[in-house]
Amino acid sequence: TQDPALRGQSGPGSGPRLARTMLGQVVLPGEELLLPESAGPNAEGSAEQMLRLGSIVRPRARVVCGPGLRRCGDRLLVTKCGRLRHKEPGGGGGGGVYWVDSQQKRYVPVKGDHVIGIVTAKSGDLFKVDVGGSEPASLSYLAFEGATKRNRPNVQVGDLIYGQFVVANKDMEPEMVCIDSNGRANGMGVIGQDGLLFKVTLGLIRKLLAPECEIIQEIGKLYPLEIVFGMNGRIWVKARTIQQTLILANVLEACEHMTTEQRKQIFSRLSES
Amino acid sequence: MAATSKPKLSKNLMRMKFMQRGLDAETKKQLEEEEKKIISEEHWYLDLPELKEKESFIIEEQSFMLCEDLLYGRMSFRGFNPEIEKLMVQMNAKHKEEEVEDVTMEADVSDEEMARRYESLVGTIGKKFAKKRDRAQYDEDENGNIKPVKAKKMFLKPQE
Repeated sequence: TQDPALRGQSGPGSGPRLARTMLGQVVLPGEELLLPESAGPNAEGSAEQMLRLGSIVRPRARVVCGPGLRRCGDRLLVTKCGRLRHKEPGGGGGGGVYWVDSQQKRYVPVKGDHVIGIVTAKSGDLFKVDVGGSEPASLSYLAFEGATKRNRPNVQVGDLIYGQFVVANKDMEPEMVCIDSNGRANGMGVIGQDGLLFKVTLGLIRKLLAPECEIIQEIGKLYPLEIVFGMNGRIWVKARTIQQTLILANVLEACEHMTTEQRKQIFSRLSES
Repeated sequence: MAATSKPKLSKNLMRMKFMQRGLDAETKKQLEEEEKKIISEEHWYLDLPELKEKESFIIEEQSFMLCEDLLYGRMSFRGFNPEIEKLMVQMNAKHKEEEVEDVTMEADVSDEEMARRYESLVGTIGKKFAKKRDRAQYDEDENGNIKPVKAKKMFLKPQE
């Protein structure tokens, strides 16, 4: 019927397309993507090839569908709009990770994410922590390093917490902890005094946390400072003076929509002063 | 048998344990079948087409951490918080560790040093388990290493 090569370029709504052909392109919610390994009769033109697929190819390569995608039988269903990304697995040979690189401000808790939360209430042996999700996360007082029933952590309402989600799904209240699986804090827990907390888009956080991010490397050369990034879009910064802290916050907020030249200009001006 | 000639006993009675001793194989089977039928009729089932759950090779994972190899979220620069700077190196090294690992493994303790340590360890531990009387046998050499000294026991010829 239709040439399979053309399907990659045709607009949305023309039926499922091969995920491989869509890499780096914009995908929209509701679109279905076919994986080359499990491609059905729609993707492979001839019945001959279909037969071959059925008989021999049953690939053992595991495909991971990341954020913005959902499993739908042996296809991937897009749930967010953005660019489709793919990462080859370490060993190579098919499979790998597919995800949608999307822009959003709303945070949805995800298991394993490190976030910055604000303690809003203390009730019995639980803290309620606002993480920017649809409902506050719960945090047990025992989930701190060195905490026992006798020895409660010193956490007050209004404190900032850097923690990790252990339970996060659409049906249940999210639960945070401030220790890893070995019971070590590893930098989690109450974030120190002072500093400034502000919100940015979730995409910017990922951009800044990417390995070899130029922005962070340049910022690190300016003056002594400390930053905490939460995957929920919150950034906490602290420098020696309030002025420096404010400059930092403004630069981080602004750098999302700056070109490399503009950024270089600003950094050179900052390092002079 | 009594059951065949005389007026029939009820099925429920026949199904009782003590009545089954006298039954022949055929009636036994018949009863069993009936029982099975009753059980299966009592079972409820959903009138749905059978769900075929194939083994799936797609894993759902909603975290960006896995996809983009993001760095650890706490950072400190130019010595503002040395504790965090130490932690940064440790947490961010995880990505690169695989390549570097075997190099660092060698640098830790060389085989020679290991052998030397164990050599003296034999004496140290030996001393620990030795009785007080035998402890004198272990003496320290110039390096502080403890080595067992064995006094040779031999027959001494009595002198005249």
